[in-house]
Amino acid sequence: MFLGLTLARMEGCRLAVNDLACRRGERVLFRGLSFELKAGEVLQVVGPNGTGKSSLLRILAGLLGPFAGTVERSGAIGLIDERPALDEHLPLGRALEFWARIDAPSPPAPNLGLGDLLDVPVRYLSTGQRKRAALARLLGQQAAVWLLDEPLNGLDADMARGCEQLVAGHCQAGGIALVASHQPFALPGLKTLAIADYAP
Amino acid sequence: MSALGVLLRRDLAQMFGGGRRGGALLPVLFFVATAMLFPFAVGPDPVLLAKAGGGIVWVAALLAAILPLDRLLAPDLEQGMFDQFAVRGIAEEAVVAVRLVAHWLSFGPPLMLAALPAAALLGLHADTLRTVEWGLLAGTPGLAAIGLIIAALTVSLRAGAALAGLLLIPLAVPLLIFGAGALSTGGASGLALTAAISLLLCAITPFAGGAAIRAAREG
Repeated sequence: MFLGLTLARMEGCRLAVNDLACRRGERVLFRGLSFELKAGEVLQVVGPNGTGKSSLLRILAGLLGPFAGTVERSGAIGLIDERPALDEHLPLGRALEFWARIDAPSPPAPNLGLGDLLDVPVRYLSTGQRKRAALARLLGQQAAVWLLDEPLNGLDADMARGCEQLVAGHCQAGGIALVASHQPFALPGLKTLAIADYAP
Repeated sequence: MSALGVLLRRDLAQMFGGGRRGGALLPVLFFVATAMLFPFAVGPDPVLLAKAGGGIVWVAALLAAILPLDRLLAPDLEQGMFDQFAVRGIAEEAVVAVRLVAHWLSFGPPLMLAALPAAALLGLHADTLRTVEWGLLAGTPGLAAIGLIIAALTVSLRAGAALAGLLLIPLAVPLLIFGAGALSTGGASGLALTAAISLLLCAITPFAGGAAIRAAREG
């Protein structure tokens, strides 16, 4: 039944951008960017710092307006960026519980090695532990389209493999993932997009 | 609908739980402390204090409204909470409206309670105290609304906290004029005008605050 719920949420998800351009301040970061992702596809956006990877993700999430071009989305968006969006003073368990209530009905999040940390206030967690907590929040959200900004930052080698497997599992279930990372992301069938090619 | 309930619960827990938003107690203590300073400064003349006391309570309330401003929205924006709300389709307007309710609950009623010891310190008459309490009930929603709008407008500024205090004072003057003015006229018209201003401010706050938060995100 739980799987059925997942599939229902993932069904028919799609992410397409057409002739997209992004301007930050006075600078155009990229232009003429077009691609389409269908259910089960994963795309890695690669490029040096400051080429607009994060801005692209924020445009796709609807948080930034594009300078030109259009974005078509169907399916709920799940976003991970450098901020975990968890209340710093709360124990991790209660901070995650808040999002679980918002995202209800949500299944119990799989163990990401967070079991021992649930009583620890978020402000005492390390960068990698925060990233793991953010991944747990993302899994609970059951969104169809994952937008992951540098998801491997701060994760140790084992957890990085674990994160890759999570993305693989998400795409097998029919979801879409878009990963912005300068680190290699090992996935079968991974397409890459070098955003620097679209610099003006 | 249920998401808003969850939001309200979080906001109230943060404001009353002594969380990072400074807690509800700090502005209240500041309010009483300000009211306490006046007898020291102007002398213990009971006639003078009873005459000026109502106005002093109002000024103290206005100053206390400045205290929580920098913790109202800034931490949530820094932590990316608003971005996560947005991708879930929860509008900024809804988040700000819920925060306004929580902010007033943590600010208005405690201040009205604290006005009792403040009135005792200033030697206010019973009917003056009654007018002050009605005035605070009518005026504190407006003060909370102004505070929230200013917090949203200054959320992305570096010197936001100091500027927020400076901005609140002139904007709160109409509330002060009608709220404290009701003390000298003794009429209900001043209170009604105060309540009208409060209503108007509360009505525009979600939209002004939501727009300001979206502008801060684009910046």
